[in-house]
Amino acid sequence: MQVTLEFLLAHFNYLVVVFLMMAGLWIVFASRNLIKRMIGLAIFQSSIGLFYITLGKVAGGTAPIIIDAKSAAGRKAVAALAAPLDPAYVAQAGLDGVVYANPLPQALVLTAIVVGVATLAVGFAIAVRVREAYGTVEADEIAACDQSEIKPDARPAG
Amino acid sequence: MNPFLTLYAAPPELIAHAPALLVIAPLIAACVAALSPSTRWAWMASVGGAIIAFWMAIGLAGEVARHGVVDYAIGGFAPPLGIALRIDALGVLFAVLISGIGVMAALFSGHSLAAEVMKGKRRLFQAGFLLCLAGLLGLTATGDAFNAFVFLEVSSIGTYALVSVGGGRDRRALPAAFSYLVMGTIGATFFLAGVGFLYAATGTLNLADMGLRLATLGRDRAVQVGFAFIVVGLGLKAAMFPLHGWLPNAYAHAPSLITVFLSATSTKAALYLMVRFIYTVFGQHFSFVETFLALVMAPLAGTAAVVCSLQAIAQTDIRRMLAFSSVAQVGYIMLGLSMATTAGVSAGLFHLINHALMKAALFMALGGLALNMKGVKLADFAGAGRTAPWTMTAFAIAAFSLAGVPLTAGFLSKWQLFEAALAHGWIWAAAVIAVSSLLGLVYVGRMLEMIFFRAPIAAEPAKEARFGVLVPLWVLAAASIRFGFDASLPLGMATAAARSLGLTR
Repeated sequence: MQVTLEFLLAHFNYLVVVFLMMAGLWIVFASRNLIKRMIGLAIFQSSIGLFYITLGKVAGGTAPIIIDAKSAAGRKAVAALAAPLDPAYVAQAGLDGVVYANPLPQALVLTAIVVGVATLAVGFAIAVRVREAYGTVEADEIAACDQSEIKPDARPAG
Repeated sequence: MNPFLTLYAAPPELIAHAPALLVIAPLIAACVAALSPSTRWAWMASVGGAIIAFWMAIGLAGEVARHGVVDYAIGGFAPPLGIALRIDALGVLFAVLISGIGVMAALFSGHSLAAEVMKGKRRLFQAGFLLCLAGLLGLTATGDAFNAFVFLEVSSIGTYALVSVGGGRDRRALPAAFSYLVMGTIGATFFLAGVGFLYAATGTLNLADMGLRLATLGRDRAVQVGFAFIVVGLGLKAAMFPLHGWLPNAYAHAPSLITVFLSATSTKAALYLMVRFIYTVFGQHFSFVETFLALVMAPLAGTAAVVCSLQAIAQTDIRRMLAFSSVAQVGYIMLGLSMATTAGVSAGLFHLINHALMKAALFMALGGLALNMKGVKLADFAGAGRTAPWTMTAFAIAAFSLAGVPLTAGFLSKWQLFEAALAHGWIWAAAVIAVSSLLGLVYVGRMLEMIFFRAPIAAEPAKEARFGVLVPLWVLAAASIRFGFDASLPLGMATAAARSLGLTR
């Protein structure tokens, strides 16, 4: 496959997804501060949200809320939405002449966001407890605290 | 002959809704436990919820034996619009196992929490335990890929919080819980990304539907990427070598109830999902012919079985020793699963059941003693066999099963794996199983030597575990012996599950 500028522009959202995903993962693994790691995790999770939203995007599609085409206001809205689109495309894909985005990925992302928020909340709560128990949120210092506690007869954590 | 064929555990009106009740019972019990007036009530809610779930799982086992597959449309919305629950021979095996271990853990929880968790937090702890149980059972029941992600996270978020509760007693539980959370979330998010790719390729989230459409797709880059994401994500959750870094610390420092429950169920549920995706969604041809999964999974599994057994030998903390042994055992199971033959998969599943039983018993015995003593080092258990004979005899039975001593269940399943590897022509795998079994004998020997043949040196010698701990402990130990003589029940279920995958060999 030849990677052209058009190809890259057409897949702009996916490039952003990949960048966010890698940036998030890198932050999680590279930083030694627990709070920063949570931030990385949040970015990583958000990238998947964007990925799903992009999947559900239909070219020229509007928000998936059904417009009542029988009323006058509805007809006006339909005409406005359909105006910039290719008429043949609208006739084949549209419901009452309107193209909607796929609502399912949006519903999924909503759920995924809720799950992500719950995870972050638990993660931050644990970070607070770590701070109380060790007096620091730096992974290296925590490891040093645990290391100094271990008796000489014990091996370090393998 | 499937023993469940003639089993009608519950009236038909109840069985009709059993797939939903399986999940809802522990979920409601979690609310009851959180709101209950005292810890005793919370404990009763916990035991009650787990028993109802187990009852439903047994009832479903009968239905699955008779009809093959049980479909349930939640709220009457048929798929593809609604979310379907779908239980087949594979799912019901895990539902029975997880809910059964759940009952044992719930029985154990009464004494364990009294010793390990602060008074004000015990009700919430029980609620968290039940949420985790509900999530794991939901995983076995769901027929929807996204729903599986949600259940995976329901159970995982519960376990992150529960592992961190160990911080009240041992502060090392906190960083352990944190890294478990980070790795678990990365795993789940990878899984989610993989499901996204599959949805993009097939336009459906229903697992059965997805499998049918993937079979007709042919080579598709999006499907291959999704496959990689899903296998790595679930591998993280299942502690598949080399993605197991989070596991030893989490197991070693969590409250003993959670170690018992996690070691027997959590990684197993992730393995279930892995089998579900590899064999029924992607299909044997895609997984093993187009993407060479066996070439990746089997060598890693073999490495895990040997390397982690060696690491287990090197440990001085007895719970870490058992945790590394868990990773090694996951290696055995993966070895069986990656053979892609009916014999291999059924041997892997059989070993999975046995491993759940014996690891739960081992951690429960240690937990039962740790209620009375502070030690966690191997040396602290010197002479415990003399001061706590009942507890430690059960421990020894489970440990023999772990090492694969004849007349225990662990021996039978290792033998099955060995035979399946030879039948498949994997001589190296059979050799790995033999070598790793010998290594297993070394660390089990180290534990038993310390416990039974040394004089007690600790200032406070181990006392016998309480009666409430001994009952579930001995049920698990007796199961290890029973299945060593007559394995028709677990092996029958494992074989039925492996057959339901429709493998070519």
